[in-house]
Amino acid sequence: MNFDMGTYAAYIWPAYGVSALALACVTIWTVVAWRRAKARLAALEKSQGPAAQKP
Amino acid sequence: MNFLFRYANPHHFMRLSGAVLPFTAIAALLCLGAGFYLGFSAPPDYQQGRTVLLMFIHVPAATMAMGVYGALAFCSLLSLVWRHPLSDTAARAAAPLGALFTALGLVTGSLWGKPMWGTYWVWDARLTSFLLLLFVYIGYMALWNAIEDEVRAARAAAILALVGAVNIPIIKFSVEWWNTLHQGESIVSGKLAPVFLAPLLLMMAGYAFLFVSLWMIRIRTAILERRARNLMQAGAR
Repeated sequence: MNFDMGTYAAYIWPAYGVSALALACVTIWTVVAWRRAKARLAALEKSQGPAAQKP
Repeated sequence: MNFLFRYANPHHFMRLSGAVLPFTAIAALLCLGAGFYLGFSAPPDYQQGRTVLLMFIHVPAATMAMGVYGALAFCSLLSLVWRHPLSDTAARAAAPLGALFTALGLVTGSLWGKPMWGTYWVWDARLTSFLLLLFVYIGYMALWNAIEDEVRAARAAAILALVGAVNIPIIKFSVEWWNTLHQGESIVSGKLAPVFLAPLLLMMAGYAFLFVSLWMIRIRTAILERRARNLMQAGAR
């Protein structure tokens, strides 16, 4: 692998940086939202008892 | 069509997506890793030098921007015509991901345009129609949030999605129909050297697997949120 970008470093690295950051953030955000929804539903089901578990 | 309806049932979808998710997530990581490795190992292009590296993130983002919109429009059609129960959820869950890919396509394209064209932006047919795609995504998400009644919001958003779908072939064929600064297609027509084609295809596969994984998680999240809302209402009664 060659990481020497020569005169184009100022264009290539920001593009890779923004893409990697954006994709990482959206992945984290998606997983956090999923975990939060799962925990909330579990808490609700627990508080309302097994009878209320059917949606 | 039948199988679509089978998996449209939220219970089936939860089971199926839960089984498929680990594989799509691992495939995304493997494809992105291999594409990154081969891309940075590729020699400089004889015209573009090392800015060819930007193609490996620009083309996948731009392709996904349009592909995600295609999926969103297809789900909207299912919702409008067949009242498919999960398709509104699926369409809505895809929108922010598509908007992100569109924004990444614009940013990486600009950063390639400056050293190669001498400008970050031109109002040619490809760039303008692609910018319009970003606005369509934003409008679609805004419409969902603007209407409180979910059934009405879903209908209005689905109609907007189908109207906006007209833009997709315009983006795709803009480089053929008009004289654009943006270059024409080079993957299907075989104009790309294998040393660049391999990392590009891997990156495209990686972006696609990543999208599918995130889309499924977002739909799963929406299903659980709906269950929680129903429980709250049942508890309040």
